[in-house]
Amino acid sequence: MTAAVVIKYAIELVAVLLLALGIKGLSKVRSARAANQIAAVALALAVLGVLINFLSTSGIDSSAWLWIIGGTLVGGVLGAITSQKVPMTAMPETVALFNGCGGMSSLLVALGVALDPLAGSDGEGTGALVAGISIVVSVFVGAITFSGSVVAMGKLQGWLDTPAWMQSKLRHVINIGLAALSLVAAIALIASGGDQGLWLLVIGSSLLGIGVTLSIGGADMPVVISLLNSYSGVAAAAAGFVVGSQMLIVAGAMVGAAGLILTQVMCNAMNRSLVNVLFGGALGASASAADQGEYQGITSCSAEECALTLETAQRVVFVPGYGLAVAQAQHILREVAELLEAQGIDVAYAIHPVAGRMPGHMNVLLAEADVPYEQLIEMETINPEFPRTDVVIVLGANDVVNPQARNDPSSPLYGMPVLNVEEATTVFVVKRGLSAGYAGIKNILFERPNTSMVFGDAKKVLSGLAQELRELGVGKAKVG
Amino acid sequence: MNDALSLNDALWVLLLGSLLGLELIGKVPPTLHTPLMSGANAISGITVLAALTLIIKAGASGNGALMALGAVSLGFALFNVIGGFLVTDRMLAMFSRKPARQKEKR
Repeated sequence: MTAAVVIKYAIELVAVLLLALGIKGLSKVRSARAANQIAAVALALAVLGVLINFLSTSGIDSSAWLWIIGGTLVGGVLGAITSQKVPMTAMPETVALFNGCGGMSSLLVALGVALDPLAGSDGEGTGALVAGISIVVSVFVGAITFSGSVVAMGKLQGWLDTPAWMQSKLRHVINIGLAALSLVAAIALIASGGDQGLWLLVIGSSLLGIGVTLSIGGADMPVVISLLNSYSGVAAAAAGFVVGSQMLIVAGAMVGAAGLILTQVMCNAMNRSLVNVLFGGALGASASAADQGEYQGITSCSAEECALTLETAQRVVFVPGYGLAVAQAQHILREVAELLEAQGIDVAYAIHPVAGRMPGHMNVLLAEADVPYEQLIEMETINPEFPRTDVVIVLGANDVVNPQARNDPSSPLYGMPVLNVEEATTVFVVKRGLSAGYAGIKNILFERPNTSMVFGDAKKVLSGLAQELRELGVGKAKVG
Repeated sequence: MNDALSLNDALWVLLLGSLLGLELIGKVPPTLHTPLMSGANAISGITVLAALTLIIKAGASGNGALMALGAVSLGFALFNVIGGFLVTDRMLAMFSRKPARQKEKR
C-alpha cells in the first residue's frame, strides 16, 4: 500500500463517520445546524479522497480538469443562487428540484458508462453481469427520481394539474405497462448490452416516474418527495457499483435507508400509509354522503367584530395552516400578535405536526417571520390548554381542527390527531370559503355555536384585523 | 480501474451502509422533518463522486464527449449538493436565532 492509498482510505473513513454523525445530528433540534455543516465537510472530504486517489495513480488529464472545474462552477453557482433566492414558502418544491437533479446525475453517469464501458468497472464474467445490473438500477431509479421530482415540483408550484384520466383506474394499467416495458428493456440491456434496451429503459422509467407521481395530491407530495429522496440515495449507491466506489455505495445506502425511515415517520405524522399515498386515491374517495352535506347555521362576521372580541381576551391561540402558508401571511400574523401582546394578551401558536405545506414547514415559516420559538406550541402540549383559552383564530387550516376526527368513527379522518380548538370560548375561522379541506369532508367545527367564520384570504383578513385593532387603540401601551 | 473493490466487498459495504442508515434516524420531532429531508437530500448528491470518476476516466482515454456528459452530471450533482446544504442551513439558522426580545410575561 502506498502512502497515497493509505491517505485515501483514511479520508474516506473520516468522511463516512462524519456523514453518519451528520445524519444523526440532523434529527435533533440543538445539533441540527452543526450537523448539516458536518455533512457538508464530509462530502468535501469524499471529493478530496477521489481526487487524491486518481492523482496518486493514473493522474488527471488537464482536459478532465477543465470539465471538472466547468461543471463545478456552473452547478455550484446555480445551486448557491437558488438556495438563497427561493422564498421559504416554496421549500417543498425546492427540495424536489434539488432531489431531481441528484437523480439526473446518477442517470447520466450510468448512461455514460453504458455507452462507453471502458469508463466503468471491468467487464469479465460475473463482472459484466454486475456492471449490467448496476447500470440498470442506476438508470431506472435515477430516471424515476428525476421525472418524479419534476412532476412533484410542478404540482406544488401549481403548474400541473392531475388530468381526469389519471384519477381513474386506468392509470394503474398504464403504470403497470410502463413498469413491464422498463423490465423488458432492463433484461435486454443486461443480456445483450444493446443501446436500444438502454434508451427504452430511460424512456420507460422516466414515464413511470411521471405516471406514479402525477395522480398524487398536493398535500401528500411531501411524502413522495421524501420517498424520492430515499430513491436518489439508492441511485447513488447503484452509481457506486457502476464506477466501483466504496464511498459512494456506503453514503448512498445510508441516505437511502435513512430517507426510507424519514418517509415512514412523515407518513405517521400525517396519519397516512405509504401504500395509500402511492396507490390509493385521495382520501376524499371514501367520504360518505353524510359528510358532504350542506352547512347549516353558519355564523360569519367581519374583521371588525373579530377585533372587538380580541380586545377583551386574555389568552389567544393562533392555529396556522396550509392556507396561511399559501397566502404568505406569516409576517402580518406576527404583526397582529405583537399588537395583542403589547396589550398584555397572552399569545401562542398551536402547531399541528403537519401544518404548512409539509411536516415542520410551519415552524420554518413562523421562524422566518421572527415569531419567538417558545410561542410555537406542539399539539400534545397545547390541547389541554384550549378550555382556558378565550379566542382561537384558525388561519387556513381545516382538517386538523375537525372534531370529527375524535368523535365520529365513520369519518375518514377518524383517528388522526387534531387540535381541540372547539373547547375554547370563541373560535374564529379565517377561510376563503366553505370548501372542503384536503380530506374532502365537511368540518362540523364551522357549525358550532361558538364558531364564527371570517371569510377572506388570510393575508387580507389579518391586515384588516391589524387595522381594526389599531383603531381600537389595542397595542398602545395602556396603564393598568 | 476497479482494483480495490471486489463484488463481495461492495455488497458488504452496501449492507452495512443500509443498516447504519436505518439506525441513524429514530425519533424526529416534526419541526425537523423539513430540514432533515432537505439535508439528507443534499447528501444524496454524493453522486458527485461518480461524476468525477467518469470525467477523470474519460479524460484518461481522451473521450471528449464522455467528459462533457460527466461534466453535465457533475453540474447536476453539485447543484443538488451546494444548493441543498445552503438552503438547509438557511432554514436551520432561523431556528437557532435567539428571539429578539424575551417576553416579560409567562
